[in-house]
Amino acid sequence: MTATEIPLWEVFIRPRNGLAHRHCGSLHAPDAEMAIQAARDVYTRRGEGQSIWVIPSSEVVASDPDDKDEIFDPADDKIYRHPSFYDIPEDVGHM
Amino acid sequence: MYAQGLLGGAEAAEENEEFLAAFQARIDAEEKIEPKDPMPAAYRKTLIRQIGQHAHSEIVGMLPEGNWITRAPSLRRKAALLAKVQDEGGHGLYLYSAAETLGVSRDQMTEELLSGKAKYSSIFNYPTLTWADIGAIGWLVDGAAIMNQVPLCRCSFGPYARAMIRVCKEESFHQRQGYEIMLTLARGSDAQKEMAQDALNRWWWPSLMMFGPSDADSEHSDQSVKWKIKRFTNDALRQKFVDATVPQGEFLGLTFPDPDLKWNEERGAYDFGPIDWDEFWRVVKGHGRMNVDRIKDRKKAWDDGKWVRDAALAHAEKRRQRKDAAKTAAE
Repeated sequence: MTATEIPLWEVFIRPRNGLAHRHCGSLHAPDAEMAIQAARDVYTRRGEGQSIWVIPSSEVVASDPDDKDEIFDPADDKIYRHPSFYDIPEDVGHM
Repeated sequence: MYAQGLLGGAEAAEENEEFLAAFQARIDAEEKIEPKDPMPAAYRKTLIRQIGQHAHSEIVGMLPEGNWITRAPSLRRKAALLAKVQDEGGHGLYLYSAAETLGVSRDQMTEELLSGKAKYSSIFNYPTLTWADIGAIGWLVDGAAIMNQVPLCRCSFGPYARAMIRVCKEESFHQRQGYEIMLTLARGSDAQKEMAQDALNRWWWPSLMMFGPSDADSEHSDQSVKWKIKRFTNDALRQKFVDATVPQGEFLGLTFPDPDLKWNEERGAYDFGPIDWDEFWRVVKGHGRMNVDRIKDRKKAWDDGKWVRDAALAHAEKRRQRKDAAKTAAE
């Protein structure tokens, strides 16, 4: 076993221009350069990508699942944020 | 490629009933469970073990086929086999990272494989004696793995399901290249046809064993079905595999090594003879022909690669220090 664990990286791939980079998995690599090379071999063997991002997994800041309700529930009762909340006569046509 | 019915059975749950019922309700509503979500300890443990066994199977699975890369009969076959073996390595990596989201470390999983503590699919403890074995593995072993893995794409644990979708997308080429090898041999000289038949004779029963013990003997299999870690029982998947594969073998003009194999009009399925479970357990417990060699080869690859890992880490550290020094100097 190695004394130091090889760091974990999160991998994001842009499948083609016009689309956002999308998280596709993770891998271990000693540094950013090797992480990019490994991501190419592990995640783009069949032309899945035009561009790769890697970030150290330890740098990801995530919301706490325990706070899920207080973060996201307030959006549930604001139906006036959706277009279907408003009545427009049919004669007006598509709006 | 190579999920096998979980060896050793699922864990039993320990949490209070209210927690378990709430969790089960999420599962029943087809909600995916993500790594940071609350989950029963037994669900976590079962998945770590199953995904770990699956990942180890991919990694060990490179060995029997790697055995033939230098002796592939043409450049076309060699390129395909290299690509397939590289895919298996990739599949192992997707799966290891899915398991890591549950809190187990890569080093720990590697240690468990190399020490012989972790299990992997019993199929890889059989030797690849001729080139036809590479055809039979692609056709039968990858075929069986696909049967097993397609339902795993709908597994309740998100990272495992997502990894399986990637794996399944890549798997179809594996089975087709194997069948093409069998087809070429079956249409070749008498000696080639004999070689294909011999490979089918040796790989058929071990392929059926890949689905794991019969439902009657599979401990806690129903807990995994209840938690939607698996969607079908071992026997149901095995039957589907037999039904799909027998016509393919007949097309090749080969004979299956099972005198009891015949179409059952009433069931709309093939009946097949009894599986030698003594052989299965012998191989699982380490007494297959290749168990010792497989672990020895993995250990050698790991030990021989140590200087590369050490050098890469030292290089990364040196560059980090230089960058820090340059930054300090600039300030």
